[in-house]
Amino acid sequence: MADRVIVNTSINGEEATLLCEPRQTLLEVLREGLRLTGTKEGCSNGNCGACNVLLDGVLVNSCLVLAVEAEGRSVTTIEGIALPEGLHPLQQKFLEHAALQCGICTPGFIISAKALLEENPSPTEEEVRFWLAGNLCRCTGYDKIVRAVLDTAEAAPSVGSFGGETP
Amino acid sequence: MTLTRDKKGVAGKAPYKVIGTRPLRPDGADKVTGKAVYGADVHLPAMLYGAMLRSPHAHARISSIDTSEAERVPGVKAVVTAADLPVIQDILTDLGEGVVNLRYTSNNVLAHDKVLYHGHAVAAVAATSTAIAEEAVKLIKVEYDLLPPVLDVLEAMKDDAPIILEDLRTTELGEKREGQTNIASHIQHRRGDLEQGFAAADIIVEREFRTGTVHQGYIEPHSAVGLYNDDGHVTVWCSTQGAFGIRNQVSELLKLPVSDVTVIPTEIGGGFGGKLGVYLEPVVALLSKKAGHRPVKMTMNRTEVLQATGPTSASYIRVKMGATRDGKLTAAEAYLAYDAGAFPGSPVGSAAVVILAPYKLDHLLIDGYDVIVNKPRSAAYRAPGGTNAAYASEAVIDELAKIIGMDPLEFRLKNAVTEGDRRADGPVYARIGFVETLHAAQEHPHYRAPLEGKHRGRGVASGFWNNWGGRSSVSASINPDGSVNLLEGSPDIGGTRASIAMQLAETMEIAYEDVHPRVVDTDSVGYNDATGGSRTTFGTGWAAYEVGLKLIDEMKRQAADLLEVDLESIAYENGIFSSNGDSLGFKEIAERIDESGHPVVASASVHPEEFGPGFGTHIVDVEVDPETGKVEILRYTAVQDVGKAIHPSYVEGQLHGGVAQGVGWALNEEYVYDDEGHLLNASFLDYRIPTALDLPMIDTVLVEVANPGHPFGVRGVGETPIVPPAGAVANAIYDAIGVRMTTLPMSPGTILEALWAQEES
Ligand code: FES
Ligand code: FES
Repeated sequence: MADRVIVNTSINGEEATLLCEPRQTLLEVLREGLRLTGTKEGCSNGNCGACNVLLDGVLVNSCLVLAVEAEGRSVTTIEGIALPEGLHPLQQKFLEHAALQCGICTPGFIISAKALLEENPSPTEEEVRFWLAGNLCRCTGYDKIVRAVLDTAEAAPSVGSFGGETP
Repeated sequence: MTLTRDKKGVAGKAPYKVIGTRPLRPDGADKVTGKAVYGADVHLPAMLYGAMLRSPHAHARISSIDTSEAERVPGVKAVVTAADLPVIQDILTDLGEGVVNLRYTSNNVLAHDKVLYHGHAVAAVAATSTAIAEEAVKLIKVEYDLLPPVLDVLEAMKDDAPIILEDLRTTELGEKREGQTNIASHIQHRRGDLEQGFAAADIIVEREFRTGTVHQGYIEPHSAVGLYNDDGHVTVWCSTQGAFGIRNQVSELLKLPVSDVTVIPTEIGGGFGGKLGVYLEPVVALLSKKAGHRPVKMTMNRTEVLQATGPTSASYIRVKMGATRDGKLTAAEAYLAYDAGAFPGSPVGSAAVVILAPYKLDHLLIDGYDVIVNKPRSAAYRAPGGTNAAYASEAVIDELAKIIGMDPLEFRLKNAVTEGDRRADGPVYARIGFVETLHAAQEHPHYRAPLEGKHRGRGVASGFWNNWGGRSSVSASINPDGSVNLLEGSPDIGGTRASIAMQLAETMEIAYEDVHPRVVDTDSVGYNDATGGSRTTFGTGWAAYEVGLKLIDEMKRQAADLLEVDLESIAYENGIFSSNGDSLGFKEIAERIDESGHPVVASASVHPEEFGPGFGTHIVDVEVDPETGKVEILRYTAVQDVGKAIHPSYVEGQLHGGVAQGVGWALNEEYVYDDEGHLLNASFLDYRIPTALDLPMIDTVLVEVANPGHPFGVRGVGETPIVPPAGAVANAIYDAIGVRMTTLPMSPGTILEALWAQEES
């Protein structure tokens, strides 16, 4: 067994101390170590976006980040997106627009869209498509996903900063 | 979205209160918050982790396997090979999208004496961690005697081709032939007199087409957890389209009574036909048995998914059609050779139905060949075989229309099948809505909009899919608060909990929110065929309708008791049970159920036969970049007869998804092999499915020609929309640059080659 490292980090606003092997990805530690299985694995090499999380507010593929890189930083996963009063507006709009079929890509898309709206609160359709091009969905043809994101932005232009534990 | 209505044939009392609305799905909150448990999310106490050793060769005889070193690794608890699998005789089983032979399935799950494709499973390890299992797998020593592989369908059909399965004999029009071969079967449909038909034609077009191997591309890799308990009972948790199908396959492959196997379906991250057959399920059960009855979990990575699951057939198709100057088809001939991968079972049968299904033809001949090659065993993929077939026929239809000088939709209208016509392979159509889709396409603003600019073109294509009824069972009970618990056995891949609950609510005249659907395991509800064949909203929805009627009957009995009147005098309407001026609300009765001593429960099962085929007509605008060969989709409209749209958003979603997959197939997707049969592009980087940037918004037109064979007029909708896109895109490319593309995918390279060839000639 390889030597283990202690990683002090914050996950969805809670302090967390992780014991992990240096080779382990953040995705693996989230899913296997913490059983935060909302973050999905579709490819494990950075090509599908199912594993998207925010690291200090920045969108990353957690399959390409080593767990040790989370030291002293804050991680936001899909489990940390909802607001105390209920679903995050993006989550609500995804449901209203039927923007998920099987739903396996949905956590990644919601995290990715949240990062987009934080950076650009009123994106155009083209900007949404460009930003979401790192997230694969095989079920929806993206139509309703793009609409859900555009509608979220339109309904509450500052929605990106709602919820989550991003600084 | 536009709705065209046709109420004819709809049973029940349209206008509906629930059907046709767009409520939120019951599993929605779990799926947007990350709580929903998919295949790889299952975790059990004392669970072990598995890894698979896969063949590095496309075709080789296994001369020895030595697992001793792997077994000695600390943390390794079990190693299995095909030697651990019981010997299986030929058993044919219908998974819902095609019949498979379980002897071959056993051989596919763990290679018996030969490996037949790059990535074929050879041995599996269970250990205390995935890392240890993966390390141990590398220590398994396999000696291979290499054999020449054959990858191309036409090469594999040749007399001197390498033989892949020594015992395979051709089934020639139903009769077994002598002699080794790679041709598993030859099927044929014929009608009229071909010579006479072509003699009557003014114009004849004949073309050959080639299509590549493509994968279903679900984002969730296969995953399974197996527990072979100390008492001999096997439980499997897995992501599947059909838990009962998995149960039956595991029971047959491990030679266990079916009652000793329970399958618990998890949420499923896409299937598209690729999650009907077993891969990991029997293996994790075997590992668990050997590892002291601890649960074992195995999850594929993306490379394994692409190398060893799915895909659908590459094909060679030849189509010849004749027409008169005034636009009447006189004869058609089609030859289809589909590769099945390493074991028989390509979808050439359904391809042979799809290829001429939309058209009236007095003279026709269709030959189909199912051929094995050294690629992964093909699995069903959304309208299996249909996209390749319609790509070929719709291109020839387009070419005929162009030569005659007739509008392509008008040409289709002149030849379109309607109720009472005979399909190319024999059956007579009941009420269908093909003509209605053509009219709706003609009237759509997209079809009339001017298309300006260089290298831009518009194409149309139509498509047929037969759909499926299958068997469905549901159970239901009424809660004291007046809500209904509904137990179903159909995995929900795209909103079917909602569409089924809506049909129950409509039947019982209660609120949608008062129905609580659950997808349960194989011990908890009657048999259900898989979520496949576009059947779930149709078939399981029908079962929900039947159970709803039974619950209402039961509630009438309760009302009669409470009102102290004759049962016959009770009427039910709008949630009120009444008799001679006395009445009780549905909820009032429900409240008293527990005290009355008669819990209200019911179950129902259906096996509908009149599932009602679907037709679609698609319009697409493209722009071709003559410098790079890249094709951009500018605008897309999909028109489809959906029978009755129960939840229109999810129906639109099915059209969107089918179009997206069809466009990927048309423009990008393809397995790339080297000469030795190694798959070179087994990642999402190199096997490129469409992204949000590759597609525009997809307009949908839901034409509702009610299916007379369903209580609410439902037709299956999921598969039809993947049939037309490749043909429509090809026809648009022709309109843009004047080149007839005859290979899939129509990737930048093939477009450039076609353009250069055009310049030369
Ligand atoms: S799993 Fe990380 S990008 Fe696919
Ligand atoms: S909803 Fe299935 S992959 Fe996106």
